[in-house]
Amino acid sequence: MANKLISEIPLPKSIANVFSARNVSTAKDALSLTEFELMELLDVGLTEVRSALSQISEIVAPPYQTALSLMEQRFQNEHLGGHFPTGLKGLDAALCGGIPFGVLTELVGPAGIGKTQFCLKLSLLASLPTNYGGLDGRVIYIDVESKFSSRRLLEIGLRSFPEIFQMKEMAQEMAGRILVLRPTSLAEFTQSLEQIKVSLLQNQVKMLVIDSMAALVSGEHEQGARRQQTLSWHISFIKSLAEFSRIPVVVTNQVRSRNHDDASRYCFQVQSRDGAIETPMQYDSHLVAALGIQWAHAVTTRLVLEAKSGERFIKVAKSPISPPLAFPFHITSSGISLLSDDGKEVMGPEINAIHYQGHNEIINFGMEGLH
Amino acid sequence: MEIWRLPISASQRGKLISAGYTSLSSLSSISSSDLARELKVSESEAMNILKVASHSRGSETSNASCSIVEVLDTFQWWAGAQSAWDMLHDEESLMHITTSSADLDNILGGGIHCKEVTEIGGVPGIGKTQLGIQVAVNVQIPNDFGGLGGKAIYIDTEGSFMVERAFQIAEACIEDMSEYNRFLRKDFQECKIKMLPQDILENIFYFRICSYTEQIALINYLDKFLSEHKDVKVIVVDSVTFHFRQDFDDMALRTRVLSGMALKLMNLAKRFSLAVVLLNQVTTKHTEASFQLALALGDSWSHTCTNRIVLYWNGNERYAYIDKSPSLRSASAAYSVTARGIRNSSSSCKRIKMM
Repeated sequence: MANKLISEIPLPKSIANVFSARNVSTAKDALSLTEFELMELLDVGLTEVRSALSQISEIVAPPYQTALSLMEQRFQNEHLGGHFPTGLKGLDAALCGGIPFGVLTELVGPAGIGKTQFCLKLSLLASLPTNYGGLDGRVIYIDVESKFSSRRLLEIGLRSFPEIFQMKEMAQEMAGRILVLRPTSLAEFTQSLEQIKVSLLQNQVKMLVIDSMAALVSGEHEQGARRQQTLSWHISFIKSLAEFSRIPVVVTNQVRSRNHDDASRYCFQVQSRDGAIETPMQYDSHLVAALGIQWAHAVTTRLVLEAKSGERFIKVAKSPISPPLAFPFHITSSGISLLSDDGKEVMGPEINAIHYQGHNEIINFGMEGLH
Repeated sequence: MEIWRLPISASQRGKLISAGYTSLSSLSSISSSDLARELKVSESEAMNILKVASHSRGSETSNASCSIVEVLDTFQWWAGAQSAWDMLHDEESLMHITTSSADLDNILGGGIHCKEVTEIGGVPGIGKTQLGIQVAVNVQIPNDFGGLGGKAIYIDTEGSFMVERAFQIAEACIEDMSEYNRFLRKDFQECKIKMLPQDILENIFYFRICSYTEQIALINYLDKFLSEHKDVKVIVVDSVTFHFRQDFDDMALRTRVLSGMALKLMNLAKRFSLAVVLLNQVTTKHTEASFQLALALGDSWSHTCTNRIVLYWNGNERYAYIDKSPSLRSASAAYSVTARGIRNSSSSCKRIKMM
């Protein structure tokens, strides 16, 4: 819509000619300038500029929908009103059905906690027919760090849905629906995004998994502002992919240790030291999610996986519908499963903290070959 | 009456005639500045000439024709200007939209103000979208319950609007209204509010924006939309930042476009007497050898909104701080996000803190 050509918009002949003469060919060009700048550029009066702009705006502006019709549309056309159940009952209940369609859901946690395991389980679930709780469609799995293990995928399938996976043809069919891409650089990933867009448009793909986003971006040599810009573009593109195709998009993220530079206060907070209850969070030994605050704003749901005193938890750190709950989980041969469906409510910004205590004991607990 | 009879100096008369003003009627419709320019005299001189001409005309025809000169004596000749006294009356009858948290409403002076642009910013997960949805629901509270009984426009730039959550909040709002009814009226037959959550959802106009061009186009188009839908009383933009944080290489252009947009929104707020709520994101800013959090979009943007509220974590509680307001004091209050929406914080410690 933004790239709509001015020539296609029904404007009075005179002003349309002026626009093309001055090389203002798309609506984006026209709307990026202020009224005054347009007057100067086109050498026409304010009323003409205003009327042209209002006509262009009317065409380019998206149509509206009432929230009621949005809800009705989603419940009629989409699986469970636009949610993909993960099979983890407590989590699905908290998320009002499951992972939401059309937006980004992030899985963040330290290495080896179970992010890839969760992604494998989700990919498998998505490929299953709807009567088994799946989306009955293809899955695109972008495997940046080469962690995807088909063997493990089939093991999960066999343990969780033996009736399907014991038959070789069915197992082949399901596993055949998961397409694994292994981009070796961000540029390659960017290219493949365009192709992904096409297959999404053809409606065959029902889920996109990116494992992991942080690895893609950190592999690049650019630093600082340019890196932020590249990331911004990708955030925007992936979000719009999710949006128009209305599929769940799951992205994993890494963690990094808390920097001295990490900001956590506003300027008005620094002054008011008396009376305010402030926990000195910067002295804690926990980790923070990588990719920065802009990324944190862009994801709609953030699931934090952490290890605390030898137990693993999956926490709903950011969600438009769920309260801040933490569920204990463990990894089994049939994938990931919750130890309790009753989440423990976590107060305050603690929900965002990522702990990594007592974790090594879990890794060495005889589960070799698992990531 | 002819020009040569006017009690003005000969040179002035000469200039009038050579400029083409031969009769009094030709002077009746010209302004003093135009006359000054044509005759190449000072404005006060031109004003004088016109005054004289009008007096002569008046005495001849005994017609109290209002000339420009007479109008100059009163103090209300600027179109759109209002005296401070008149404005006081307007300010006192200002409408508010409650946030459903009494503490928050208190520091806001009753709630989100109509006719003003309020910017609300905070870190991810603090409750900006929740507050946005709450306001879009609360604007629909009927007049009998102290609300505006209006409709809402929700402009979603990030896809964070969740219908199920809006339904939850609408349901809770209706339950609260029934509770209030029951408490106040004690008349059990009248307890049932006839509103349903679906009715509330029907009055939220949802727009999904996918680029900054669409954002600008929509705000331009709102002028026409609001003339057709006069009962809209709040516009929520969630968030105003997202599309402006990417795509812009030219920062100066971004500043110009943003300030143009803010002006249009302010204009809409004033003309249609509605509230505009802009949700903003957070970025880190390097000041005085340390990094601090600040609302995104830069320093120029921070000047454009009338009111600015920052949502932040204080210990384990969510707080709202009035960062900027022409009429409210800097204060902070605790609030919480519950299954029913935004409510007062449940902790018992002192909640409202004056800065």
